[in-house]
This record gives sequence, structure tokens and C-alpha cells, in this order.
Amino acid sequence: MDFSQQLSQYLLSGLATGAIYALIGLGFAIIYNSTGIINFAQGEFVMLGGMFGVYFYTIHQLPLVAALVLAVLCAAASGVMFERLAIRPLRRATPLGLVIITIGGSILVRGIAMLVWGKDTHALPTFSGDEPIALAGATLLPQHLWIFALTVLLIVVNKLFFQYTITGKALRACAVNQRAAGLVGIDVRRMVMFSFLLASGMGALAGIIVAPLTMTSYDVGIMLGLKGFCAAIIGGMSNGIGTVLGGLLLGVLEALGAGLISSGYKDAVTFVILLLILFLRPQGLFSSGESERV
Amino acid sequence: MRRLAATWMVICFVLSAGAALAEPLRIGALFSVTGPAAFLGEPEKNTLEMLVKEINAKGGVKGQPVEAVIYDTTGDPTKAVQLATKLIKDDKVVAIIGPSTTGETMAVKPVTEKEQIPLVSCAAGIKITDPVNAWTFKTPANDHIAGEKILNYAVSKGQKNFALLTVSDGFGASGREQLKALLAKKGLALVADETFGPKDTDMTAQLTKIRAANPDAIICWGTNPGPAVVTRNVKQLGIKTPLYMSHGVASKKYIELAGVDAAEGVMLPAGKLAVFDKLPETDPQAKLLKEYDAAYRKAYGVEASTFGGYAYDAFQLIIGAVQKNGAGAEQLRSGLEQASKMVGVSGSFTMSSSDHNGLDLSAFEMVRITAGDWAIIQ
Repeated sequence: MDFSQQLSQYLLSGLATGAIYALIGLGFAIIYNSTGIINFAQGEFVMLGGMFGVYFYTIHQLPLVAALVLAVLCAAASGVMFERLAIRPLRRATPLGLVIITIGGSILVRGIAMLVWGKDTHALPTFSGDEPIALAGATLLPQHLWIFALTVLLIVVNKLFFQYTITGKALRACAVNQRAAGLVGIDVRRMVMFSFLLASGMGALAGIIVAPLTMTSYDVGIMLGLKGFCAAIIGGMSNGIGTVLGGLLLGVLEALGAGLISSGYKDAVTFVILLLILFLRPQGLFSSGESERV
Repeated sequence: MRRLAATWMVICFVLSAGAALAEPLRIGALFSVTGPAAFLGEPEKNTLEMLVKEINAKGGVKGQPVEAVIYDTTGDPTKAVQLATKLIKDDKVVAIIGPSTTGETMAVKPVTEKEQIPLVSCAAGIKITDPVNAWTFKTPANDHIAGEKILNYAVSKGQKNFALLTVSDGFGASGREQLKALLAKKGLALVADETFGPKDTDMTAQLTKIRAANPDAIICWGTNPGPAVVTRNVKQLGIKTPLYMSHGVASKKYIELAGVDAAEGVMLPAGKLAVFDKLPETDPQAKLLKEYDAAYRKAYGVEASTFGGYAYDAFQLIIGAVQKNGAGAEQLRSGLEQASKMVGVSGSFTMSSSDHNGLDLSAFEMVRITAGDWAIIQ
């Protein structure tokens, strides 16, 4: 096993993990862009997706596709409920207050999930087998391809949605200036709720698609959420390619850090990058200062 | 005056006898029933409650009913210390079972030692009973016994170069330390020493590095879900090197999470509870394990776990000591120390004044995972 083979495995592993982070990061970006809130409960929607998936698939024995659809719907419904019950009553609160509310909400969601589903770890079956695929001297699993595919699909759909649909444009308007958006007849509150619906649904989808690899339990949301948040920060909270690149970069650096330096510093690598970016380029690596964040 | 004194004595005697009849034998317990170590605390609490019910149905200890005062520490050492003080001062317990984790036990230990209350911990850390303190005992086997079991087997297969992949929490750190010491002691080589976070979801980077070091065997030390991810990653990378796991994953859950395919051929030292139905009839623990599992299933609808077994053993040791010597602090303490060949869930306990754990290599069986089930390696 020579060094180039090792390196290509690090890169591939990093890209595969990075795609997961990117997928989760997109959810952060959507809510941030239409409400200005960093929703720290986003990780919990990822967890809810995975756990609902396990619930419908293993307990109710539904086919995988049906379980997947139902899980996304249930998690999206939880997202809307979260907005109605925790965010909307406090619309006049400061952004900081809202951020703290989302942290509180995430603890609540986690607690409920623990009481309802127990503390065990669960796994979903992979969508298309476990046979590893060899690529440039490295291997990855078919499930990784699903993750890449979903990430690409979501970027494209996001782009189309935000550019060409009325609702998408309305969401962008809210992002630019909520007051002005309200003056031209956009129902800002509905848009905020809609962004939560979108973000929780996407988070759930990410949660389900990564569950066969990462497994899921009531407390996976914390770490996955944090990594997704890092991805979104590196990408400058953009709805599209920026966050995805951020996620991939993070994954690759983690894998290289673990492989070439020491696995003990793997998480340190992540958080050092996060801190550096927050200090040096708070607008993200890929945006040029004051540009539109959509 | 003399009559008055005599009457007084009679009254006292009657009162104290009456009190002894009604007053139950109180045993305290500190378990992390909720929080990050809930997977330990929950079966421990269930087991203790079940055993108390059982013993009281049979008339208690020497006719005295037993009462367990169980508090949830949520895995927090500070809380554990407060609750331990409460157990001693308010509830006036004769002994304390728990806490569930090593961190909490180390925090509670000075309190119980000062108050001279026997503490039978359900945590595995070697620091708890090494160095030995007169008042502190523990029921889970030391990690190095499991490590030694693995290395003894590996050496018999001619493996010399080892790679370690350990989780970066207390369990993994202690395992790593002791495996390194054992490797050095046995003159074996450590060619790679990698770690992973308890919530990490992909270990292919570490495994790629390990593969490059070309070890004869990989030893992974952790509790679910990390080791299950490692197992899947090993398969994904097509690594054919023998993979050993710790006793921390000796439950069917691990095979379920890793997948039957990926787990095939993985070897680990398992507590006998995991393989009780495959033990030979002659094994001293076979009957007890079967009964424990059946009773636990009946009461809670799930299979008994090794962790619950820690509380089981602690309770039986305490009851055994009370039956032998009585419930006074010093009587109970010396009773615990005198336990000899006491058959429990984790093994056969033989305590002494220099060994407050009392388990040896026979506490584990080396098993290989074959077709989604354990097979004892002869």
C-alpha cells in the first residue's frame, strides 16, 4: 500500500464525510437567510429524520421508500411546530434571544426523543448494498454515492427554487429586508415558517440518508449539527455551492488531519478552522464581503 | 428504683426489637439512570429493583426486609457526591451500590471512606480498587483482564505486531493505557496507535493509516456505536487483518449495528452473560446466568445486560456479607472482603484484603462472531 493510495483514501473518505456535513449545513443556511437566526436545533431535525426513519422502517415494517417519505413529513411537521411554538411567539426578541431559544428547543427535542425512542443506537439498511466500490486505489460505499447525489440534487433544486419561483423570491426578499418585504405584501411570518419547514425537511432527509452509515440515536444531533454549522460558516452561510464546498473542505481536512497528523487532533482540526474563519473571514471563505447571500 | 430501671430496660428491649422487625435493611444505590451513561444506569437500577422484590418475597435477609434507596446521578460526579452524603446522613444506609461510572466513583470514594460506609462500585476503572482502600469494592472486571485475554489468544496465534484503535473517552483511554502496558510487558510491538471520538461517524482515515503500518492484528477499544462503525469501515476498506474488539461491545446490539456480514470473524473477550446459553453445563455460572436472564426478561421484556450484572453482583455480595457477619459497617466490610468463590454474573468473586475486585481471567470467554452469533473459541 503506497502513499498515493493512502492519500486517495483520505481524500475520498474526507469527501464522503464532507458531503454529510454539507447536507446538514444547507439547512442552517436556509433558515439563517430568511430569518437571520442561527438555528441550533437544526442538528435535532437531522436526528429526527433518522429516528423517524428507523421508527417507520423497523417498528412499523414499512418499505424503505415509504418510511423515508413519512419520516421527512413528520420531521418537517416538527419543524413547523417548533417555529410556531418556540420562535413565533418571540418575534420581537433579539437575534441572540432567538438563538438561545433554539438551543433550548434542541435540548427539549432531544429529551423527548430519548423518552419516546429510548437511548439505543439504531441503524438503517443501506439503500443499495454494502459492496465497496474501488476508485483510484481507494474504496467507498454505494451509500456515499447516494449522499453525493442528494447533495447535488438539493443544490440544483435550491438554486431553481430561490431563483425562479415566487415563494423562493419572496424568501430572498425577506432575507434582504424583512420590513420592506412586508410592505410589498409578502407575509413575512409565513415565509419564516416556510423556511423552517424547508430546513427541517432537508435536515431530516440528510438524517435518513446518512443513518445507514453513521447510525442514529437520540443524541447524534449535537455533533452532526455542529459539523454542519461549521460547514455553513466556512461557506459564508450561502444557500448553495458555498456551504457545500465548506462541508467538503471540512471533511477532507478532518480526514487528512486524522491520517497525516494524528487522529487525536481530528476534532481540534475542525474547530481550529472554525475559529480561524470566524476571526479572519467572518463572511466565509467563498463570498466577497457584502454580496447577496443566496 | 431498681424496678424502674428493670422496666426501662424491658421497654428499651421491646422497642428496639420492634424497631428491628419493622426497620428494613437499607441499601443505597447511585446509578446514572439518565444522561450520557444511561445505558449503564438503567439496567443497574432495573436489576436492583428486581432483586429487592425477589429477596423480600422470600422473607428478606435473616427475616429482615430489604429496602433499596436508589438515586439518579445523571452521570454527574458533583451530584453523585451530594447524593452519597444524603444516602449516608439522611437515609442511613448500611452500604452503597454504584456509582455507574469511574469518574463518579472516584468522586464519591473519599466520602464513603471518611464515613466508613462500604461502597461497591459498578464502574470498571482500575483506579477504584488499585490502590486498595478498606471501604471500596467493585464488581466489573478490570479492563486489563479483558486485554490480557485478547493478547494471550493473539500470542497463541503467533501475532506479534498490534495496532490500537481506541475511543477518546474514559473507557478507551484506560483500555489504551493498559493495552500499551501489557504489550510492553509481553514484549509485543505496537505499530499504530490511533483514536476516534465517541460520536465519530467514519474511521476510514485511521484505518487507512493502520493498514499502512501493516499490523498482525487490530485491537479496537470502545463502546457502541464507534466500534460498529470501525467494523463496517474495515469491511469497506477490504482489510483482512484479524480484528479484536473489547468486552465493551459484547452485546447483540453490536452485531446488529455493524451488520452480520461486517461483524463476521470479529473476536472479543465476552462476559459470560453474553454466551450463557453456549456455556458447558459444568460452568459454575451457567445456571445463575440463565436464571438472571429469564427473570430480567420476564420483568422488563428485554435481555439482561452485563451492566445490570454489575449491580446484581454488588447486591449479592452485600447480602452475602450481611448474612455471614451482620449489617454493622465493619462487619459488612469484612464480610465483603471474605467473599470466596461467590458465583455472580461477572464471574466468581474471591476477595481478599489486597484484592477488592476478586475476578480473574476466567471472567471472560474469547468468542468469535459467526453468522451473527457468538461462538466460543476453544
